[in-house]
Order: sequence, then structure tokens, then C-alpha cells
Amino acid sequence: MDFLTIIQILDSTVRLATPLLLACLAGLFSERSGVFDIGLEGKMLAAAFLSAAVAAVTGNAWLGLCAGIFASVLMALLHGLASITFRGDQLISGVAINFLAAGLTVVIGQSWFALGGRTPSLIGGGRFPDITLPFADALAEVPVIGQIYSELISGHSILVYVAMAAVPLTWWVLYRTRFGLRLRAVGENPGAVDTAGISVVRLRYTAVIICGVLCGIAGSYLSTGLAAGFVKDMTAGRGFIALAALIFAKWRPWQALGACLLFGLLEAIGNRYQNIDILGATLPVQFMQALPYMLTVVILPGFVGKAIPPRAGGEAYVKER
Amino acid sequence: MTLMRTFLGAAASLALTAGAALADPAIIFDLGGKFDKSFNEAAFNGATKWAEETGGSFREIELQSEAQREQALRRFAENGNNPIVMAGFAFASALEAVAPDFPDTKFVIIDMVVDQPNVRSVVFNEHEGSYLVGVMAAKASKTGTVGFIGGMDIPLISKFACGYVQGVKATNPDATVIQNMTGTTPAAWNDPVKGGELTKAQISQGADVVYAAAGGTGLGVLQTAADEGILSIGVDSNQNYLHPGKVLTSMLKRVDVAVYNAFKDGEDLETGFSVLGLANDGVGVAMDEHNASLVDDEMKAAVEAAKAGIISGEIKVHDYMSDESCPVM
Repeated sequence: MDFLTIIQILDSTVRLATPLLLACLAGLFSERSGVFDIGLEGKMLAAAFLSAAVAAVTGNAWLGLCAGIFASVLMALLHGLASITFRGDQLISGVAINFLAAGLTVVIGQSWFALGGRTPSLIGGGRFPDITLPFADALAEVPVIGQIYSELISGHSILVYVAMAAVPLTWWVLYRTRFGLRLRAVGENPGAVDTAGISVVRLRYTAVIICGVLCGIAGSYLSTGLAAGFVKDMTAGRGFIALAALIFAKWRPWQALGACLLFGLLEAIGNRYQNIDILGATLPVQFMQALPYMLTVVILPGFVGKAIPPRAGGEAYVKER
Repeated sequence: MTLMRTFLGAAASLALTAGAALADPAIIFDLGGKFDKSFNEAAFNGATKWAEETGGSFREIELQSEAQREQALRRFAENGNNPIVMAGFAFASALEAVAPDFPDTKFVIIDMVVDQPNVRSVVFNEHEGSYLVGVMAAKASKTGTVGFIGGMDIPLISKFACGYVQGVKATNPDATVIQNMTGTTPAAWNDPVKGGELTKAQISQGADVVYAAAGGTGLGVLQTAADEGILSIGVDSNQNYLHPGKVLTSMLKRVDVAVYNAFKDGEDLETGFSVLGLANDGVGVAMDEHNASLVDDEMKAAVEAAKAGIISGEIKVHDYMSDESCPVM
């Protein structure tokens, strides 16, 4: 394995990890506020569809992105309405979001475009182009550092950089702002937050909307950045992998980046090599595909460092009986 | 009053059409959906062609989940539809259960063999068609490395891969073929993002022609190949038009012919084993205005020679599904 191959695999890792990372941070905001969200998949799917649809009609990827965020936030508000206002079961509401998105995208897509629930292929301005960072071409000849810069860091869609910037931003919001402190508190002990005179409902709705925005970017990236158009069920379980990454990262932003990059790397290696020979034993590609879930299962019951979810997660806050 | 009349009118017309509806053929599309620009769409086109030619009508349903297979089959059979065509190998177990319950109904399953007295099993010699596109890929490749991207990892897709590799190796024995399967679950048919990533991985290993046999995932393969300036090969339907000048050809699987024949034969269609291959135009390569600039006379001659050789039996293309192994892989 030469240096260029490693760079190419890492390059692929970044592309594959980006939607996971955005969805993972989305889940982080929601779950840290005490609202469990297994509807990440559905929100991404809704966003992927509407952003591709709008981008296909207008030929503008940015309008598509806005539409994708809109669709995802709408789904998020539905989840919020069911689980915060009406105090329904958060898991059931999340499952409902997933089914709703899977069905609606195909039905609406079919009635708009009559292509069997897919959108037309995006061309030209309908897709986010890959950005070449300054001096990338000039530095390409420089060994190692130049190659890393021009191949790995440069040449991604702008949404990749947005996702990377979202990690420190999330950390800062969560640990360095008043809002972040309250958000973490409301996920641990909503009663205490309420006693301090802060609205639990408003905090949780804010968190759920942020979750919607991030899922919207993730979905738009799938259909207008990586692919060129929407195909039904195109999220292909990435929302659930993101959820696994969130647990793996123990609900912390920097660790989320690490977990998503790790899961992305596993997929990239699986894509590159169908079978991997390690010390004489052959690992089939299916093993690589299952590894993210296996790692999460190992982490979850506490074999390797215990993952403790926010204490008030999954429960609706009841002010008084 | 007018409302009443409407209802009565509707009831009367229903009663009138009920007799005719009884023997209407029916078709069940698989999970990819009717307009997948591939397998199911080809089946739909065959049914539409029959309807346009004969003025007849047919019933149809698109499955939304695995659990609906048997239910949909029974519904059509109880409704008196005959024959009932299933587009997809995955119907086999459902059909095994349903067929004996409706001995007077004729069933047609495409891409799979179900051994029942009232079932016609239509199979394609995909390995022969894949052999031809393999010949073209080897001729078109400048690097000597070509790629194959399959959908779900099942023997049927290995059959495509095996025929393709044989065609490539017969034309250029030194060529390298990189193979990838998208996944092991049905989600592998609808993941264009992963299809694109696999294509990029193959390109970075030197591939400059990629053959996609992967349903909706293949759209991502064709897109990425066009973006990166290499050639791709479509599958099932003619996909040349998706990226004109960038898609070398498409391996045609004439599912439309299978459906059309079944509908045309009607209630008294012959059951048993039906093979559509190169000899009876059941498979082939797509040549049209979109890929004319990519195909030169030498390539055409090579394809024609290979085709004639396979039909006459001179060239034996190994069928992966006959013994679950491939001599060249």
C-alpha cells in the first residue's frame, strides 16, 4: 500500500463521514436536551428528497439546501410536537418519522416528476461543486504535505467544510455558552432547570430545531453533493450508523468526529478492498460493513468504557400532575 | 339525484366490466419500483406495449415491503387475473406457496425457476450479454483495467460478473478486472452514494470502464463515471441516454419481451422453463445515437464475432449459477 492509496482512502473517508457527522451532531443536540431521536434517518431522507427536487427545478443547489433544511425542520417539529408538547413516546415518534419520510418522498416525488419517486438527475448549478482551496494545484507537487493538502484537504464540497466547522462550534455552544449549559442541564434534570425559571419546553424545541437544521444539511449533502439526484431510500441506514456513532462517542462532539471518521474509514476500506488479509486470516467485506454496529454493541453495555446517556433522555417533562 | 345517478352508473359500468376484468393479466413489480429506469421499468414497458397493441388492460402493483409478496399474489389470483407475472427472483418462495392453491391460474416468474405445473420460469442468459459488454470494455479500455460493481451480493449478480470477466479476458488476457459488491441487504440496490464511492475507488486503482449491475445504485456509478471522465456500462434497460457520450453501452435484458410474450400468450401460455438468450434476442448490447461516437467498427466487429460464436456454440460462456463458481475469478 503506497502513500497515494492511503490518501485516496482517507479522502473517501472524509466524504463518507460527512453525512454521518452532521447527523451525529444533530442527534447530539436533540439527545443532550433529553429528546431521543431515532428519526435522524427520516429527516435526512426528507431533506435529501426536497433539496434534490428544488435543485432540479431551480438549478440552484443553495435553494435546494434551504428546501432540504426546511423539510428536515418540519419533520423535527413534528417529532417535537409529538414528544415534547403531547408527551408521546419519543422512540415511537422517531419510528413514525422514518416511515413517514420513506413513504412521503416516494409519493410526492412520483406525483411531481413521474419518475418512480426519483428526481431528475441534477446538472450544472444543481449540485454543490468540489471546491479547490487556494494553492492546491501549486502545492500538489510537494511530497507528502502538498499531496495531503491538495488531495485530502482540498477538493471537497463546501458542505464538508461546514460539517467540519460544526464540530468545534458544537463544542463551544455546548460547553462555553449559557444556552449550552442549560441544554445539558435539561437533558439531565429538567426539574432543576424549570425551578430556575427557564422554560424546558422552549429549550427542547430549540434543540430539536437545531437537530433538524443539521439533518437537513446532511440530507442535502447526500443528494446534491455526493449523488446527483434523489433515489428512494437513498440514506441507506446512515441515520442509524450516525446514532451508533453518537453512542460510541458518548454524546460528546469531538468524540463524535472521531467516531464518524472511524466508521467512514471502515466503509472506505471496505469499498477499496473486498477482502483484507491480516496475519494470514481473510476478513470478508461483510465484516467491515458490520463492524460499526459490533463496536457499538461492545461499547453500549460497558465492556469498554461505559456509555451513559443523558439521564432525562426519553422522558417527557411533566411540570405538575 | 345526480349523485345517485352517478353511483348507479358507476355500479352498472362496474358490472359490465367485471366479466372482462376477470381474465385480465396482472403484473407485480419488485421493490425497486416501476420506474427504476432498469429492471422493473423494462417489465412495465413490455406490459404497456401489449396493452397498446391489443387495447387490453392489465392490473399492476408495486411492492412496498417484503411482507406483501404473498399477499399481492393471492389478491390477484383470487381476483381471477390470469396470467400473473412477477418481475423478480425474490418472488420464488411466495410463489411456491401460492401456485398450488390456484391450479387454474398461470404464473410467470422472471429471473428464477419455480418447479410447479402452472408456472412458467423465464431466465435470461445474462452471462452471454455480460460477455459481450466485457468484450467491448476490454476494447475500450486504455489502461487495461476495468471494473465491475454489483448490487446485492447474490449468485445472480455473480453470474453477470463472471460473464463479464470472461469477455474481458477473452479479448485481453492481461486485463485486470476489479470487482465490488455494494452490500448484502436489499438496501444495496438503492445506494447511489456508495455506488459513486466504489466507482471512485476503482478509478483510483486504474479502472477506466466500469460495468454496473446494481439497480438504483448503478445510477450513482454512471454519474460518477461521467463526472470523472471514464466510461460506464449500464444494465437491464438501455441506459445510454443517461449520460450521452459517457456510457459505452448497456447490457440489455429484454424483460419487456418476457412480459410481452407472457401477456400475449394469455391464459393458455405454455408453462415450464423458458430461456431468453443471445440466440432469441433475450439479451444483447445497446447501440444507439448516444454511444455511436464511442463504438468504432473494430469494436462492433469483435462484438458481432463473439455473438455469432456464442450462438453457434463455438464460444462457451460459463454460467456461474450452474455450479456457483467462476473459472476465471
